[in-house]
Formats: sequence, C-alpha cells, structure tokens
Amino acid sequence: MIPELGQFALILALLLSVLQAFFGIAGPALGRERWTAAVIPAVAGQFVMVSTAMGCLMAAFIGNDFSVRYVAENSNSALPLFYRIAGVWGAHSGSLLLWIFLLACWTLAAAVGTARLPRNFAARVLGVLGTISIGFLLYTLITSNPFVRLDPPWADGMGLNPILQDPGLAAHPPVLYTGYVGLAVAFAFAGAALLEGRLDREWARWTRPWATTAWAFLTCGITLGSWWAYYTLGWGGFWFWDPVENASFMPWLMGTALIHSLAVTEKRGLFKSWTLLLAVLGFSLSLIGTFLVRSGVLISVHSFVASPGRGEFILTFLVIMIGAALALYAWRAPQMQSEAGFELSARESFLLFNNILLVTACGTIFAGEMAPIISIALHLGKLSVGPPYFNPTFLVSMLPLLALLPLGIHARWKRGGLGERGRTLSIALAAAALIGCAVAFGVFTGAGILSPVSMTLGAWIILASLIDPIDRLRRRIAVPRAVLGMTVAHIGVGVFVIAMTAVQGFTAEQDVALTRGMSARDGGYTFQFERIKPLHGPNYGGAEAKILVTRNGKPVTVMYPQKRTYWVQHMVTTHSAIDINGGSNILVALGQDLGDGRWSFRLQVRPLVLYIWIGALIMAAGGLLAITDRRYRLAESRESAPAGPLPAGGAGS
Amino acid sequence: MMRYFAPLAIFAVIVVIFAFGLHQAPRKDLVPSPLIGKPAPSFTLPSLADPTQTVSNAALHGHWYLLNVWGTWCISCRLEAPELLAIAHTGVVPVIGLDWKDSRSAAMRYLAQRGNPYQQIAFDPGGLEAIHWGVYGAPETFIVNPQGIIVYKYIGPITPGAWTRDFLPRLRAAQTVSGS
Repeated sequence: MIPELGQFALILALLLSVLQAFFGIAGPALGRERWTAAVIPAVAGQFVMVSTAMGCLMAAFIGNDFSVRYVAENSNSALPLFYRIAGVWGAHSGSLLLWIFLLACWTLAAAVGTARLPRNFAARVLGVLGTISIGFLLYTLITSNPFVRLDPPWADGMGLNPILQDPGLAAHPPVLYTGYVGLAVAFAFAGAALLEGRLDREWARWTRPWATTAWAFLTCGITLGSWWAYYTLGWGGFWFWDPVENASFMPWLMGTALIHSLAVTEKRGLFKSWTLLLAVLGFSLSLIGTFLVRSGVLISVHSFVASPGRGEFILTFLVIMIGAALALYAWRAPQMQSEAGFELSARESFLLFNNILLVTACGTIFAGEMAPIISIALHLGKLSVGPPYFNPTFLVSMLPLLALLPLGIHARWKRGGLGERGRTLSIALAAAALIGCAVAFGVFTGAGILSPVSMTLGAWIILASLIDPIDRLRRRIAVPRAVLGMTVAHIGVGVFVIAMTAVQGFTAEQDVALTRGMSARDGGYTFQFERIKPLHGPNYGGAEAKILVTRNGKPVTVMYPQKRTYWVQHMVTTHSAIDINGGSNILVALGQDLGDGRWSFRLQVRPLVLYIWIGALIMAAGGLLAITDRRYRLAESRESAPAGPLPAGGAGS
Repeated sequence: MMRYFAPLAIFAVIVVIFAFGLHQAPRKDLVPSPLIGKPAPSFTLPSLADPTQTVSNAALHGHWYLLNVWGTWCISCRLEAPELLAIAHTGVVPVIGLDWKDSRSAAMRYLAQRGNPYQQIAFDPGGLEAIHWGVYGAPETFIVNPQGIIVYKYIGPITPGAWTRDFLPRLRAAQTVSGS
C-alpha cells in the first residue's frame, strides 16, 4: 500500500509541477495576476507530494519491504538502520528521487526567499524551477520508477553495495545534490531575468546568496567524495579525473566563475550578459553531467544503470531546457547593456581574468570528456583521456589564476591600480617567497621548479587575504561578513594550494631492509624496527612488526604493519599500518622476510595531505559566512527602489 | 550581435555529438570485440607482486581463465571487486589480473586493503599489452578457453547478475562440451 501511495504522490507532484511552470511563466507574461498568485500553492503542494513520495520510499527501506524491486535490490534485513536509510539513494532510481526531493526543498526555499521580491519576477523564478521539476518527475516516472513491485516478493534483499556502506559515501550524494540543485535556483533567477528582458544590480544581489550557497554545498560534496576515494583506495590519490568526478567538478568551476562575476554585476552593473550566461551554463553542466553519467554515452564502460530510453530521454530534456535558455539568451542578452566601463588594472579586469581562466579550465575538462566520443564519431578509434591530459592543462589555467588572486582582491574598482596596497602586497609577496622557498628547500628536500613557485603562491594568497581585515581591525572599522567570508574562502584556497604542493612534490616513499633495533628515516620521521612476532588469526597466520615512529627524537606513534597468509586461499595480503600525524599521512607496510632477521619495509610519508580537504572546507565555510552579510538580509526590504515593470512588487516591511 | 548566438550554436554541436554517442555507445552485448573467436594475444609481463617474476598466459594453455583488466584509479573496478572475490572463492575459473596503467605501490596497497581475487597479476604500467587486447576502458573481462581463444568480452563492472547471465552459461556450456 505504501509504495502505491508514493507512486500516486509522484504523479500528483508531476501534475502540480506542470501547474507551477504554467502559472509561473504564463501568469506574468499575460499579466494575469490570479494565475501568478496561484504559483505559490502549486509549489507548496508539489513539495508536500514529493516529500510524501520520499517518505514512502524511506518507509519501504526501513520496513524491509522486499516486494519493492528497488528496495530488494539495494537493501537487506541485516543492514543497519543508517545504511537502510542511505540505501534510498544507493542506486539510480532512488538517487533521482533524492534529486527531485532536494529540488522541491530548494523551490520551497526560493518561494519563501523571493516572497518580498517583485511578484512577477518571483513567479517566473518558480515557473522556471517548475519546468525542471517536470523533466525530472517525468524521467523518474517513465524510465526509473523506484516503486515498481516484485511478484513474488523476495525473502530478503540483495544488500547495499558494500562499497557504499561507508558514512562518508552515504553523506556524499545528499550534499553534492544539494549543490547541483542549488545551481538550478541560480539558473531560474537567470531564466526569470531573461523572460523579463531586464536585469539590474538588484538582480545580482538577489541571486548571489543562492549561487553562493549552492557553490558551498557543491564544494563540500566534492570534498566528501574525494576524501572517501582517498581512504577507500588504500590512501592513494585524492583526485582521479574520473568522468564522474569531472561531472561534478565542471559545474563547480562554472559556479566559482559565477559567484565572482555576480560580484561585479552587483557592485558595478557590469558583465550582465556574461553573468547570465554563467548562471545558465552552471546548471546546464549539472544536467549534462547527469546525462553523461546516467545515459551510458560517455562511460558506457563504467555505468551500471545503462538502459535503453534513459539516454534519449535526458538528451531530449537537455535540448529543451538548455536550448530554450540559450535561445532566450541569444534573444534577450543584447538588451542587457553594461552601465559603465573600467580600466585594465581595475578589479573588474581581474575578475574578468578569473572568469576567463575558470571557464577555460572547465572547457579543457569538457574537451577531455568529449574527446572519446568525438574520436569514435570520426572513426579515429577508441581513445582514453586521463591524468596525463588533465593535470597539465588544468595547471596552465590555474597557476595564472592563483597568481592574479592577491592582486585582484586589492585592485580598486573602476579606475584601477593598487593604491597604497601595492607596497604591502610586495612585502607580502617577498615574505611568501621566503616561506615558500624555506618550506620547499628547507623542510622538505628534492623540490622541483613548480613546488617553490606554488608554495609561494599559496602563502601569498593567505597573506594577501589577511591584509584587508587586519587593516580594518587596526583602524577599528567593522569587517562586513561579506569581506570576512571572502577572506576565509581565499585563505582556504591558499591552504589547499600549499597542501596540494606538499603532497605532489614531497611525498617520501622508500623501501628499506631493517634488522631489529635498526631504524630508517623517511620524510622527516624516524622509523625504528622494534620487533616482529608471529600472527595467529582464525583462518590465517603471518607476522606482525612493531615500528616506533619518532620525529626529532620525540615519539609520534607506534605502528603495527602485518603480513597475513590465508590458509584456504593461499593468499598473502599485506595490512599496512596507517597513521595521521599533524595532517600528514604515514604508512608502513611489511614486506619480505630477507633472512637473518632482516625484513623489508615500505615507508611512505604524505605530508599535509589532510589539509587538501580542510582547505576545501574552509572555502565552503567562507562562502556560507559571506551570505550572512547584512545587505542580503536587507535585500528584501530595499527591493522596491529600482521598480519592476509592474508596480505589483511587495512594498516590503 | 551574432556573438550572443555562439553559446546556442556550440550547444547544438554538442547535442549532435551526444546524439551520435548515444547511438554509437558500445552496448555491452551488442558490439562484441573483434577479438572474439580469435586467439588471445600472448603476453609475458612482470608480476605485480614480485618484479623479478613474470606472468605469461602461455602457461595457462589448456585451461579456462578470465583475464580481468583493472587499475586502482578505476572507480568501477572498486565496484566489481567484491564480485570478483566471490568468483575467485567459487573456484569455477581462475581469474588473471592485468593491472593497467597503474603504480605498483598503489596496486599493492589496494589489494591489501580489499583482498586479492587474482591467481596471478600481470603488471602493465605503460598500457602496451592492453592495446593488443583492444582494451579501451577498465574494467574489462575476457573469457579465454583452453585452446587460447577469446570466447567473450565483458565491458564494465561484473555484477552478480552479469556473472550468472553472461559468464556462467558460457563456462558451463564449455564444460559439458569438453566433458562429452
């Protein structure tokens, strides 16, 4: 009964989203106020219905209803409650429902958040969101219904893919999707502005908190995924340029460009059509990512959901949504003239470079994603594009971006120049170069050319970000939350760059042969081989070594790497000992018995690796801090000033 | 004002490519490898576990075996890892690994962490051997018969369903033929 209720609720949600889209777009267009006013009930009703459907699927999981195919395939009565709930988004159909649910939540939030904006504009935003809901609800109901029954029901489910039974991965989809779907709100704001054919600086101020929130969630989601990949992969790499990773990274790059471009549009009334385009492209890339991941086009070799019909459906949806948005853009954007010009050395220029570089980076990744498909299309044979392509091309656009960042945040608007900040920045650069080289050549060894340069850039970004808040504090001027948020986010960038450089440049790895009592040095740590003892497991035997780890004579940790031989399978496995110390990752693996009490060991120290994710989370925190700025809370009450095309806008409190 | 049409035009091109990709997408069962029915390329590669040893498929002549192409960088390989372990456990057919474009230390860590389903693993860091096998993504799994002929190629992570649907019938059919 409950699954049928969920199914029914989804159908009702589809009908309500059609009403929402129709009233939201047609109402303002035809000037029918009662239609316009009907959007809100449609949004509320759709939210209730989608929540009901979500609740029904969750109830089926919690209650172990194995007559539902999706539950039977992705859960199991032995699964702990936490993973039965996470199982809801463990596979294709349920993760789509999660997508739809989050879209309904964002739509409701948008309805509340735009309540005081001009009524026609708010209705259009909700109308555009309604069209997105239609697409996803249709897609779910037609091709991927999670409520399909099994007859006869299974006695027990197949269980959740063991790889998904991990807290990090269970949290990853909801957070990431919150970011993806959040970009839909920015897209809807752009769509509403295009439908209206009018865009002013107020628009940018209304849009910014939504775009930044979405971006912050996207950042957290990608970070969670990367951290999960790192530790499930045996503490290996943290980014693989996998098509699925790229599908989330491209919208992130666009989102990053968007939040910077919005700053210019809000502050100076410039880059209007460009900002609109970024808002459209950001969400379009989320949709294209969904298409690539779920249709089987790109990763036909990797996808585990390929089924005929799904690819065609998403492609049709893409053509309608993105095609309509871009056509509208081509029609309306020429009307969105910029309000003023600016000098080459002005902050506007730096933000323009920021945008160009981020979009370029996104473009090169997109080209890398498309290359295999194009290669097949042109009968050039199969092609696989991997890190050897992505790493250097990405670096080419990122290094200038990092180098321009400290200048950009201090350049003045409009007339340009750094003013008296130029000197401070030079001092900061000198200090950063000193720190960078000291770290690259002093603390670590074997630095190449890139390591000191990017260390310096990272340090310079952090120091330069601190100049403005410190200056304000010294002059006893309040630091607005927006400035504070920007500072925090940029410090996060610096931390990330430094950590990344340390890991890429200074991971120390070596194989050593030790007898008892002997020690070896690796990556600044001393590893002393204390003893080895035989291991007696239930179905295996082997050996376990005890290694004392010290740094500068001070004890750090004791590690117990093992080597096991499983009797039945005749399989020898190595159980490395792993430790995290000061953000660095230490790994010791026990190798061969070399005779005469000598054993081989593999030692690895991956410095500062933890700060890669900490840096990313700092960026996200900065974004969330910035949107709490007063001017976004005041936004609603000041909105009536520039006056919409209709005087109907809520006068505000 | 043509520049405002540029995004739309680019998008149109991308859609054409997507549409093409959708129809050309190698459907798992529809587009067999040209190597099916042909003798498996013979290889002798260093062993992953011990660089001083080699792994050669010549030694496997006269036996059924699976050749599974994988790498630690391949997310889908992680998805199929539990199923491969289960297959290895049944003992129906030995699984030979071809560790593709990988680093030795990462691969050893990976196996230590999640178990080793492979009887032997050939190490192909440059990816040259995989070219002979027509590999263009990981994971890919080949069924090779005792005559050294490639019987089947499976693209993507092996699922329990795929194992019973695509692998077992071919292996069973083979056993009845060789048994009669």
